[in-house]
Amino acid sequence: MKAEFNWGRFFLIGIPLLWLLLFFLTPFLIVLKISLSDMATAMPPYAPAYEAGSGLLGIWAMIQAMDFENFIWLLDDNIYWLSYLSSLKIAFFSTIFTLLLGYPIAYGLARSPEKWRGFLVLLVILPFWTSFLIRVYAWIGILKSEGFLNHFLLWLGVIDDPLALINTNFAVYIGIVYSYLPFMVLPLYAALEKMDDSLVEAALDLGTTRIGAFWQVTFPLSMAGVIAGCFLVFIPAMGEFVIPDLLGGSETLMIGKTLWGEFFSNRDWPVASAVAIVLLLLLVVPILLFQRQQEKAQEAAS
Amino acid sequence: MAVNTNGNKVFEPWNDPQKTPLIRFEGVTKRYGDFTAIDNLTLDIYEKEFYALLGPSGCGKTTLLRLLAGFETPTEGRILLGGKDLSKVPPNQRPVNMMFQSYALFPHMSVEKNIGFGLKQEGRSKAEIADRVAEMLKLVQLTEFAKRKPHQLSGGQRQRVALARSLAKNPKLLLLDEPLGALDKKLRERTQFELMNLQESLGVTFMIVTHDQEEAMTVASRIAIMDKGIAVQVDTPAAIYEAPNSRYIADFIGDVNFIETTLGSREGDQLQVTSTFNTPFKLQSDIPADIGSTLWLAIRPEKIAISKQQPTDKDNIVQGEVIDIAYSGDTSTYHVQIADGTIVKTLQANQRRLSNREITWEDKVWLSWTNTAAIALAK
Repeated sequence: MKAEFNWGRFFLIGIPLLWLLLFFLTPFLIVLKISLSDMATAMPPYAPAYEAGSGLLGIWAMIQAMDFENFIWLLDDNIYWLSYLSSLKIAFFSTIFTLLLGYPIAYGLARSPEKWRGFLVLLVILPFWTSFLIRVYAWIGILKSEGFLNHFLLWLGVIDDPLALINTNFAVYIGIVYSYLPFMVLPLYAALEKMDDSLVEAALDLGTTRIGAFWQVTFPLSMAGVIAGCFLVFIPAMGEFVIPDLLGGSETLMIGKTLWGEFFSNRDWPVASAVAIVLLLLLVVPILLFQRQQEKAQEAAS
Repeated sequence: MAVNTNGNKVFEPWNDPQKTPLIRFEGVTKRYGDFTAIDNLTLDIYEKEFYALLGPSGCGKTTLLRLLAGFETPTEGRILLGGKDLSKVPPNQRPVNMMFQSYALFPHMSVEKNIGFGLKQEGRSKAEIADRVAEMLKLVQLTEFAKRKPHQLSGGQRQRVALARSLAKNPKLLLLDEPLGALDKKLRERTQFELMNLQESLGVTFMIVTHDQEEAMTVASRIAIMDKGIAVQVDTPAAIYEAPNSRYIADFIGDVNFIETTLGSREGDQLQVTSTFNTPFKLQSDIPADIGSTLWLAIRPEKIAISKQQPTDKDNIVQGEVIDIAYSGDTSTYHVQIADGTIVKTLQANQRRLSNREITWEDKVWLSWTNTAAIALAK
């Protein structure tokens, strides 16, 4: 018997697949191609470029002219791996701070009276209604020498001279923690909210203290949310450009900023593409780990 | 052990004035805002009892359990355990353990970790914990499932893990909140007997909350029937069934027929009453009631006989017509309409095959019962 072709399924899977091929894989391949090219003072600013009408031979000629020069360059110059390391450090600590701040918020949300919960969750996502850029600009107003925070501290009499807050790594941390907090709170809230209250009661009944019950029952059971939240903060923070550019200073080294400099200041598209490819490879590892964890969590839930 | 009138040793500590109760509720009231969940309740529960709290949902039975576990504190009154006030003792320091309705097994821990959880909190050594866990696993016959996670177990197995976990610390009192509610009927009946055997062999006092009257009747040494935060009657299962103190109780436990009557005359405990449809009935009762007052006769369907011929040797007879027969295999319930339209139900064992049944729809029949079958109730 011949299996009947399922058109419905074909379209259901085909359309998103086509979308991904067209708007995800193709740009990636273009970036990959540029990263293997050489810089040129031309339009486009790299060589070799595919010459229209040269056919398969033209493609072959192009491939032959490509090399890994740019990647070797990345290894030679300190600035790149220092940027990667610095980004890693900033993303890592921002994630930790976001978790420390987000967990109590999510816990409070999950324990709040049910009629309030919808409204409180709405407050968490409220910042998304304003442009990300405007919100980061707002922090400049708060943190600058004559900004709100310094004025307030001077008024309180805690300090005599304004603190240098803006254009420091400190400001970058504040910016990242502030911007990505909802991405931490929401998965944590989802994990904590569906937890059965009687589990904590059972732990208390069996002799633990409230703190013991939290560490032995509540926290391990919210692990899926912790991991999801951490990845949702860590991955975008790693490649963050806007926040270090607007709030950071000259000492702030982040790969997103370096990448931007290569593209727009140096107009070195091939090296910039190589930086992007390496960043992608660095992030693929945690993303794969994240997906495996999600699969495991789903298995456990079923 | 007390000795009853037949000379048999029976377990009736509540009739022994020398015994002190393990648990005593002294005028306990629990309010949530305007809602009174428990209303000035006084109860005694004795050691080694299997005590059942029975009632419709919202009657306060679960609140009572949570008060004992320490998850709620009484608004008024005291709860004493072994003579000591429990109010100031937090749940994690009470010699009381609870088996939750949802089982509340920790999903991230294996069966043995779940069972050993309480022992670990006591700071016992690894070897001690392992021994006790092995003992509990054997008790509930789950030894080979020690390494499994709760989601890899069937409902019945999870129920047994929850039971083993709550018994592992050898509590003075075990609270069971609808412990069999999630099991299917066959498994539930089998587990009831397992619970009873376990309770007897361990000697732990059990307090069970249930809305299933058959379950309470089967397992309990005493039942407290609750309604709106009050214990309406506390008695042994037999006493509750045979001597309910109100129409609410009679109706709540098992099936019952009510006939409204007026007390005509009494000689000692022999009462003569007249129904609203003018049929006289005789019964034996020591109910304190004045002549002319209203009494309800509560008669269990299985205590009423049905026949096509008029019986001559019965105290009470009444004629009617069969309007419905509910066949349930082993028994049939005949719905008989009598004089004023009242429906009286009678339960008969199907000793003959269905095809040989002599009474059928629209037959004129006689219902009869002895003078001890009916219970007179004033309220």
